[in-house]
Amino acid sequence: MNFMEHVAKARVLAPAGIPVPRAVHCRTPEDAAAAFEALGPCMVKAQVPTGKRGKAGGIKPANSADEARRVAERILGMRIDGHPVGSVLLEEQARIAHEFYAAILIDTASRCPLVLFSTEGGMDIEEVAATRPDALRRHRVNLDAGFDDAAARSMLSGLDLSGAEGQVAEILAALYATSGRIDAELIEINPLAVLADGRVVALDCKLTLDDAAAFRQPDLADEAAAEPMTDLEREGAANGLKFIQLDGDVGVLANGAGLTMTTMDVISHCGGRPANFLEIGGEAYTKSEVALKLVLSNPGVKSLVVNFCGAFARTDVMAEGVVTAWKRLDPSIPVFFSIHGTGEDEAVRLVREGLGQEPFDLMEDAVQAAVNAAHSAASGGAAR
Amino acid sequence: MIIYRQSARVLVQGITGKQGTFWTEKMIECGTRVVAGVNPKRAGERHLSVPVYATAKAAMAETPFDVAVMFIPPAMAREAALDAIEAGARSVVILTEHIPARDVIAIHHAAAQHRTRIIGPNTAGIVTPGEGFVGIMPGHNPNIFQPGEVGVISRSGSLGTLICLNLTRAGLGQSAFLGIGGDPMIGTTTRDALQALDDDPRTRAVVLVGEIGGAMEEAAAEYAAGMSKPVVSFIAGRASPPGKKMGHAGAIVSGTLGSYDGKRRALEAAGVAVADTPAEIPGLLSSGLSHDGTKPAAHIVPA
Repeated sequence: MNFMEHVAKARVLAPAGIPVPRAVHCRTPEDAAAAFEALGPCMVKAQVPTGKRGKAGGIKPANSADEARRVAERILGMRIDGHPVGSVLLEEQARIAHEFYAAILIDTASRCPLVLFSTEGGMDIEEVAATRPDALRRHRVNLDAGFDDAAARSMLSGLDLSGAEGQVAEILAALYATSGRIDAELIEINPLAVLADGRVVALDCKLTLDDAAAFRQPDLADEAAAEPMTDLEREGAANGLKFIQLDGDVGVLANGAGLTMTTMDVISHCGGRPANFLEIGGEAYTKSEVALKLVLSNPGVKSLVVNFCGAFARTDVMAEGVVTAWKRLDPSIPVFFSIHGTGEDEAVRLVREGLGQEPFDLMEDAVQAAVNAAHSAASGGAAR
Repeated sequence: MIIYRQSARVLVQGITGKQGTFWTEKMIECGTRVVAGVNPKRAGERHLSVPVYATAKAAMAETPFDVAVMFIPPAMAREAALDAIEAGARSVVILTEHIPARDVIAIHHAAAQHRTRIIGPNTAGIVTPGEGFVGIMPGHNPNIFQPGEVGVISRSGSLGTLICLNLTRAGLGQSAFLGIGGDPMIGTTTRDALQALDDDPRTRAVVLVGEIGGAMEEAAAEYAAGMSKPVVSFIAGRASPPGKKMGHAGAIVSGTLGSYDGKRRALEAAGVAVADTPAEIPGLLSSGLSHDGTKPAAHIVPA
């Protein structure tokens, strides 16, 4: 889950002792004008969980209360990278001498926390890695050794930090400690600025929390930014189902992430377009009724493939849910089944007796039939 | 140990739970040597005719085991895995999905120190048809698994099951099924599994079932380039939109990293035949198996 800048700064950086500019979080232009009185010349920054704010015009200076009001009003009406701007952060203007980059992330390849630091702040880190590799330092943290001030200093040695080495090392060590404490997947400070007066301050912060650890970070998780989701995706999430709405017309109901992706792939291979991703694997396999409702609620759906291959998930339990729900909802689109694995015989019987349908032996054949049906429905032909 | 052998003694952590009980029964039915279980609240009892201990360490002292398999919820997975590792398990099969990343890192760190092999997390387990299985795979179902000479590697349990079923129907039995897990940080990588099957005298050909995301298929391709056994692959996720996690936390494409095209290119450059759909796999394999030793030309030409 992602966080807005103001939450990351106030709830994570400041409590960790990492300096941040004076700031006021505002929801209205009037709040922004009032905040100016307290802050003086400031930056008005759109609060959206995306890195494209500056280029989109979501970060502007204000040099009077009236300007703060007008700029805030304009930014509050914006939509940036799909996110409506619901609030702005007014932050005192900084006199920047140098911009650095600092981040702690989980490096999946080495299965370690990774500390990144670069003297080229304000740029995309991928770009720095490609164009100025000499300016970038990476340090994989061994859990036994940890990462303290001394480790940070040795990581920074040889870089020209304009006299800010001590402050930067302290910040890196504090950032590392806090990233573990809050189960962060990524904390990125870009830029980490050296001000004209020599102070080092975090001017921006991107924070991603490990979704799997939300249960033990309940207070912070409550403040996560809402993910941009369609209504159906939100309904799926509320039911504990990972549903992704796509723009095709062949609905997909399958168990397990791998089989679901494969069903989408075969739809595309057969000349169709998948209408959704929806997996009911793992513990979710008992939710096939809720899942079916979601798939059918997607307005683009013209046919449906039900593809079950039971390992952990029992196909009889899933098929029973689908057959019961299908009878109740009585949808007007055609459905094509392929069922194998754990509970197969009972599942096939349920579909045969409940819906008068014979599941296809090969999933490729079920998919091809569904793609053909969607095509013929789209061209006005009889679907069934 | 990556490939299950009946000589391996298995400890089931969480044996008394609903899933633990169901799958332990299936494992025993299939021939797996389950010797003990763990549940701190039921220590001293017997469950499914094996002794239950408070910890893996206590089990090891009285009823030594080689492999631990975890039916443990995410919040307790770290503690259970460290218990098994410190007890001296040679391998730990972690079925649990959604373990916090920091806990996964701690598990891999401890495993490296104790030289323990971790399979998973978020794996459906490993099957050796004719010998047994460890995990939540239908290893007991003869329509899906039959002894044979094809080794199968899969990040996904459901897709792996479908592919083994297709092989069995085509008359191609399996030497081993290695479920390595859908998480981004797994202990046994695609490459590790490929090497294990390359070293396995009973395996004559390999099916490598990958997924978009990460760089494990690319690393496996490097290894495959030097193999004499034929390798056929299927990569799931070609039609998945970029930037979205497709169910498995590891299955996300960001930028060009982890993309379908990149993986397919790497595998084909290594002489691996890449199937467009799962149904094509048995045919590609049969043409590979009919040639002894060297890879046939059909495997170098993109499918």
